[in-house]
Amino acid sequence: MKTNSGLRNVLILLPLWLGVLTVAALAADQCLECHSSWEEGLDAPSVQFQQDIHSKAGLSCASCHGGDPTLDDMDAVRKSKGYKGVPGAKEVNQFCASCHSNPAYMVKFNPSLPTDQLDKYKTSVHGKRLFEQGDTKVATCISCHTAHSIQPAAEPTSAVYPINIPKTCANCHADADYMSGYGITTDQHEKYIRSVHGRALLDKKDISAPACNDCHGNHGATPPGVTSLSAVCGLCHTLIADNFAKSPHKEAFDAMGYPECETCHSNHLIEKPKMHWVGVSDSSLCVQCHAPDDGTGGYVAAARIYETLVNINSIYNAALARIDTADMKGMLVTDERFALNEVKQAIIQTGTAVHTFDPEAVSKVAEPGITSAQNIAIQGEKKIEEYYFRRKGLGIATLLITILVIAIYLRIKSIEK
Amino acid sequence: MADKIARENRLFHWVDERLHIQTLVDYMSHKVVPQHSHSFWYYFGGISLFFFVVQVVTGILLLLYYRPGADSAYESVKFIISEVSFGWLIRSIHSWSANLMILAAFIHMFSVFFTHAYRKPREMTWVTGIFLLALALAFGFSGYLLPWNELSFFATRVGTGMAGAIPGVGDFLMKLMRGGEDVTGATIGRFFGLHVAVLPGVFAVLLSLHLFFIQRQGMSEPLEWAANPQFKKYRPFFPNFIMRELLVWLIMLNLLAVLAVFFPDGIGVVHWPLGQKADPFAPPPPVIRPEWYFMFAFQALKVLPAHLLFIEGELAGIIILTAGGIVWTLIPFLAGKFSSGKKPTLIIAFGWAVLAFIAVLTILGYILE
Repeated sequence: MKTNSGLRNVLILLPLWLGVLTVAALAADQCLECHSSWEEGLDAPSVQFQQDIHSKAGLSCASCHGGDPTLDDMDAVRKSKGYKGVPGAKEVNQFCASCHSNPAYMVKFNPSLPTDQLDKYKTSVHGKRLFEQGDTKVATCISCHTAHSIQPAAEPTSAVYPINIPKTCANCHADADYMSGYGITTDQHEKYIRSVHGRALLDKKDISAPACNDCHGNHGATPPGVTSLSAVCGLCHTLIADNFAKSPHKEAFDAMGYPECETCHSNHLIEKPKMHWVGVSDSSLCVQCHAPDDGTGGYVAAARIYETLVNINSIYNAALARIDTADMKGMLVTDERFALNEVKQAIIQTGTAVHTFDPEAVSKVAEPGITSAQNIAIQGEKKIEEYYFRRKGLGIATLLITILVIAIYLRIKSIEK
Repeated sequence: MADKIARENRLFHWVDERLHIQTLVDYMSHKVVPQHSHSFWYYFGGISLFFFVVQVVTGILLLLYYRPGADSAYESVKFIISEVSFGWLIRSIHSWSANLMILAAFIHMFSVFFTHAYRKPREMTWVTGIFLLALALAFGFSGYLLPWNELSFFATRVGTGMAGAIPGVGDFLMKLMRGGEDVTGATIGRFFGLHVAVLPGVFAVLLSLHLFFIQRQGMSEPLEWAANPQFKKYRPFFPNFIMRELLVWLIMLNLLAVLAVFFPDGIGVVHWPLGQKADPFAPPPPVIRPEWYFMFAFQALKVLPAHLLFIEGELAGIIILTAGGIVWTLIPFLAGKFSSGKKPTLIIAFGWAVLAFIAVLTILGYILE
């Protein structure tokens, strides 16, 4: 009797359970259910999307692609309300912008995220070519951000994290076949990774060093023009840009159509500045424009600036050599080394002052560093002299003690005889 | 010449009339020191004393410029070694002498042990000697923090932290030493007071007792002499032994001068560069190690497993080391009677085991770091 009652309860509850399970299955995202069961490679979107920022924010496939995600039949999905499917190159930007250009919607997720990406994109070379010329080879949102593994730019795994940006841009810009027909070189990435900026960003992982987007912009990607170049470089090199803007070169370069900073420093392959770039030697950059009789005074100024640079660097090196020697001899030189750092700073400031192209201004900036380096060299010399004084003192003391030891030894022998 | 002798006699008579020093002179002139193949070891007590005297003199000189405190200790030591005339030499001699004093004291202790000089009636000489060595180690530990540099800060944090492992009183002891929860400027104040006032005071009393016992009882004679009195040979304490002692002291002074000038910051594992100022918020240096004379204990605590039976490994190590120290101190009372001429092999084996334990763990400490 008891058994029959239990069986009856099970028979009543079973349909209820089945009903609950059916509702739960229908509520699940059928897009992921089907797409993840596809063969390896084709399942990539569904796999990648698990880690995508949109997935983490609670969005689903249908949030972008539309349609009814509870349906498990693809034909039914295609016919369902709001279905958008896979966007083409021309539609993808609008696709993203449907949310990202809507401040009222975006504020719910990230109030600090700008919503003008599409507007900027339209002003970029990429955007203009896409929208005005119908060029579908240009970069769209997913070219840089990826389609289904989008991460915040601050995430090191993101394709647009500063260290990853050069490679992301190079995916297209270093591909000679892909870029053929655009009339631009494809060696920017190769040059950039050898540049002082590339080495700082990629080798030293210094994310304050500029990547492609820091000079060219990101959504409004546009190459800086001849006259705007110093403004771009000046975003970081403020003092140099300021010095250059006040210098006689600004007007002359603009008049001759020279691309300001790039004229001497080049663009993607920006090297650490060399002292011999300044001056009047054959390897100098100054003599490429200036001659002794050109009437500008530039030739003489270049020679004098070079002299100041050589002076401060050679005095610094001499002081460093003295301090190193004293250090190797075991003398305490921590204060002198600290002071040398200040001289090093003065050398950098002198390099900045070079962009005034005024020998007097350069000399004025270098002077405190030169004086300081001279004092440090004197201190270093004193330390070395002190080292030899100690050795001599030790020699005399040791000799006296040894004489005393011998005298006592002889006295002991004499007593014990 | 005759006038000079007469003047000296008059002076001696003047002093003797007041202090009765003739008794002392008579005692000294009759005092002898055993002369045998192991007489060499007698000098290590005197060498330890010499280095202690150097410590006192150089310590007083350093005290003229040293300023305890988290904001002044490092700066004052830097000032001593860079600005004060011969300050570098005084600090270097102080550091070298500290290390050599402890080395000489260890050699002295083991030489006394292996020649069985601790046996009756010299038990108290041994016990005061062990306490003196313990105080010398405390001098080293307290002095290590005083420059307030990176290494000393973290080593003191580890060292005082070990005291915290003692059950019951550990936490209290650690806070007492640190003057709070962590090593701070308050710790410098305590260590400074300990280093320049408390320890020297206690050391002076114990050293006086130790020297009094030695002078009163004389040097220990070899065990073999009891069975073979025909081998007995003595040397006058004054002037023969005293002059030899003086000779050894001068050689030590020469050694100290050479080391201090050639290696002002020490060498190898005996190294005390001033380096960076202590920063409690900085990450600890990759290698934190104690002074070489604490390395065996440090390593012993490191190699012990997390738990030894039901006791925490570190605590078990502290208990074992403390018990070992107590047994070592009480050796004269535990060794039993020495029958004439017979070598106590068990005691000698124990001594070698202790020596091997210290040597092996010290070497391992440096190899495995």
